[in-house]
Amino acid sequence: MTTWLLRRILQALLIVGAMSVTVFVAVNVIGDPVEVLISPEATQEERARIIANLGLDQPLWKQYLNFVSDALQGSLGNSFVYNEPALELVLSRLPATLELAVFALLIAILVGIPLGLYAGLKPESKASRTIMAGSILGFSLPTFWVGLVMIMVFAVQLGWLPSSGRGETVEVLGVRWSFLTADGLQHMLLPAVNLALFKLSMVLRLTRAGTRETLSMDYVKFARAKGLTPARVIGVHVLKNIMIPIVTVLGLELGSLIAFAVVTETIFAWPGMGKLIVDSIYVLDRPVIVAYLMMIVLLFVTLNLIVDILYSVLDPRVRLESRS
Amino acid sequence: MTAASVTDRTSPTLEVQDLKTHFFLKGGVLRAVDGVSFSVGRGKILGLVGESGSGKSITGFSIIGLVDPPGRITGGRILFQNRDLSKLSEKEMRQLRGNRIAMIFQDPMMTLNPVLRIDTQMVEAVLAHDKVSKQEARARARDALGMVGIPSPEERLSAYPHQLSGGMRQRVAIAISMLHRPDLIIADEPTTALDVTIQAQILAEVQKLARDHGTALIWITHDLSVVAGLADEVAVMYAGRIVEQGNVDAVLDRSLHPYTHGLIGSVPSQNRARKRLVQIPGMTPNLLDLPPGCAFRSRCARADSACEEDPPITKPERDHALRCFHPQREYAA
Amino acid sequence: MSIGADSELSAPAIPPPVPKPLEESALRAFWQQFASSKLALTGLVVFGIIALAAVFAPWIAPQNPYDLAQLSIMDSRLPPGEASMDGYTYWLGTDDQGRDMVSAMLYGLRISLMVGVGSAVLACIFGTCLGLFAGYVGGWVEGLIMRVVDLFLSFPAILVALMILAFLGNGVMNVVLAIIVVEWAYYSRAVRGTALVERQREYIEAAECLVLPPRRILFRHLMPNCLPPLIVIATMQVARAISLEATLSFLGLGVPITEPSLGLLIANGYQYMLSGRYWISFYPGVALLITIVSINLVGDHLRDILNPRNQR
Repeated sequence: MTTWLLRRILQALLIVGAMSVTVFVAVNVIGDPVEVLISPEATQEERARIIANLGLDQPLWKQYLNFVSDALQGSLGNSFVYNEPALELVLSRLPATLELAVFALLIAILVGIPLGLYAGLKPESKASRTIMAGSILGFSLPTFWVGLVMIMVFAVQLGWLPSSGRGETVEVLGVRWSFLTADGLQHMLLPAVNLALFKLSMVLRLTRAGTRETLSMDYVKFARAKGLTPARVIGVHVLKNIMIPIVTVLGLELGSLIAFAVVTETIFAWPGMGKLIVDSIYVLDRPVIVAYLMMIVLLFVTLNLIVDILYSVLDPRVRLESRS
Repeated sequence: MTAASVTDRTSPTLEVQDLKTHFFLKGGVLRAVDGVSFSVGRGKILGLVGESGSGKSITGFSIIGLVDPPGRITGGRILFQNRDLSKLSEKEMRQLRGNRIAMIFQDPMMTLNPVLRIDTQMVEAVLAHDKVSKQEARARARDALGMVGIPSPEERLSAYPHQLSGGMRQRVAIAISMLHRPDLIIADEPTTALDVTIQAQILAEVQKLARDHGTALIWITHDLSVVAGLADEVAVMYAGRIVEQGNVDAVLDRSLHPYTHGLIGSVPSQNRARKRLVQIPGMTPNLLDLPPGCAFRSRCARADSACEEDPPITKPERDHALRCFHPQREYAA
Repeated sequence: MSIGADSELSAPAIPPPVPKPLEESALRAFWQQFASSKLALTGLVVFGIIALAAVFAPWIAPQNPYDLAQLSIMDSRLPPGEASMDGYTYWLGTDDQGRDMVSAMLYGLRISLMVGVGSAVLACIFGTCLGLFAGYVGGWVEGLIMRVVDLFLSFPAILVALMILAFLGNGVMNVVLAIIVVEWAYYSRAVRGTALVERQREYIEAAECLVLPPRRILFRHLMPNCLPPLIVIATMQVARAISLEATLSFLGLGVPITEPSLGLLIANGYQYMLSGRYWISFYPGVALLITIVSINLVGDHLRDILNPRNQR
């Protein structure tokens, strides 16, 4: 078990390393930040000074080495725009995105799984057909448009919920979270639902497919032959089997939710990492872009690792085979 | 013994009368079981023999009430201790399943839930019908494992299904079926997926259990040799109907239906050395919208225009029934 | 299928069992199965109408929204149903530049569909070839290709596309390229999976025995049998591509302002949402919605029919 774990961690580190090179190279050939940042009236001296300051005059590989050495010390350069350390900038926005993504994931799970289970158990019923048709709608609707409509309906027309921004925050463990305040929750509801919609549809369909497949298995028939109540058959035998693929998918989906938040955050002016990256791309704030991408890579790789571990915990066949 | 029924010891445990189970598919009606009748007495073993597609498994599922849509029982009666199972509610059937009527399936790997431990699956079977404590249920599970000849049952209880061998898993399934000392066990090809040696052991175990506890047993199989050594009575099914049935010696030694004759002839051990194996030509017919008449006539050398009618049931001997217009006159060697 | 001149042998010892060509009855059976879902049929019809509208936009649209001479700023931001100076009724209102929404939407639909279908098709061709190749050749080549595929698939499409467009800048072809980069991996993975299975089958072995050139085996024998999942994926990917392009354009990183797709139209109208002038964003959004949903309805039903488990 430990050798397997070590091997996975090594793989993860390798990926992070490879991605750092890719990211760095890619970002550094995007446009020319010099044009963006330096006003046309700046003198030659000022230009030269700024260029030297940002280290843009050195050859690429040298820039990369500087980058790596700085990174290992915990610094990913300063933002061109804000003149703050890029990493800290990205990290400061992380809680906002994280709470949005987690909330969205919760919605997707708590609504998607029961609905999918029902649709799988009674596939021919009217309710099931409606649910399935709705799920097609759910993953077809472009996130940004749904967000717009939601703002229009709930914020403008009905005035129930705020249309943008993050609510009041409370500091816990040195980090500001907004889900702990009522105002914060109000602000978070629309964007979280918006973000969750796509995932919800996917979870729903996945659950339904898994349920249908599991129901046709012999062990379900055998469980019924033992005289078990339907509640137990579904609640224990079916559920435990479908949870395995769902959990693995969900773990990976958290990562993609965080990435997808880009759109939602832009629409709802949610001050998270997503909005930051879009703004940074506009102004070619390279250090921030790099910092963001590295964060994402790290996040993905970690999530992958956690999902692998979780999978082996949940499925005894995998766990016990890896031991022997 | 917990049976509260007042059945006298002489009436059969199970009596199936003209059972019909049909599947209503988009392409038509599939008459999987089309008028099947037999009875099984207390402590007796009935071998239900047929090829795949003959309807033998569906018969078993019909008795225990696990036929799922688009199929359902469309006619006949299933008298279990004088109650008609086909008329019972789902709740009443659930009280009987695993309790008074148990079923063993074919593939033990897929019968046991791979993500649950053995003790979980056994304890829940106990608790489904008896209100006892978990410890007591576990103790009964352990005893049941011992009863089917599983060594070190305590270890097995904590294991997962994939950690046991095929034979072991099937023994677990048999143990589960015996937990409540049922009056009837339906075994659907339980040894088909196992080695021959294991098969012999399991056959012996099951026979012993049936005799010791007076459990009636329906053994569904396609393997005649199994039936020969195990059953008291045998019923041969073809395309949803029983074509020949009766006392096992009568049917096997003096088979009259061309199909039974063919089945016996195709078993290698039945042939003298260097004699060609008898092969039944053709294939099982498509059961969808089967035309009336004898279903075997497309493959029968003795068929003629008379066979377009449903053959009546004749009884050439006591304990030997037949459904054929042209029974064999020669007997299998 | 005739072997003919390609074969090195004078006559095959055993005629190879080749995959059945789609006969008349098979096609009809397929159509019957497809038509059994009213929803999918509706989707197909609706999409057909939309596609026709997009193709014939220059002829149908009452106004050419790109022709600045036709636009009058006086007509801008009129709500639906208002009449213009010339007495022409703007059925769906006008946007902030005075463009008739109906015309803008028709032209926008054109761009959206062009980009969406075009990029999906190109990604399909590229991804399929690579996937077929990987599945057929096997070995470390396949392993390498599949690792790359996994890498591409593990990153969220939106991020990759954003990065590429930040690199390349705005433009229709750039968007197409970005979408291709994001989508090709799906095709490769699906095709390679099917190729792996089909590769084991006897008809490929037979074709190899006849020493047919690999290219022929690949395209005439292997690929037709890999088609079903490919069709499903391609359909869903078209919808996805259209949605992705709209999102990118909305964020300002997609098609240029001069040729607005539906996404860009929505972006333009975004600022007017809060002041109640919803139609500038809303109607293009509805058009986008209907397009994507209709495609997905078709694709979803196709997936049910062409599911290999249902087939075999």
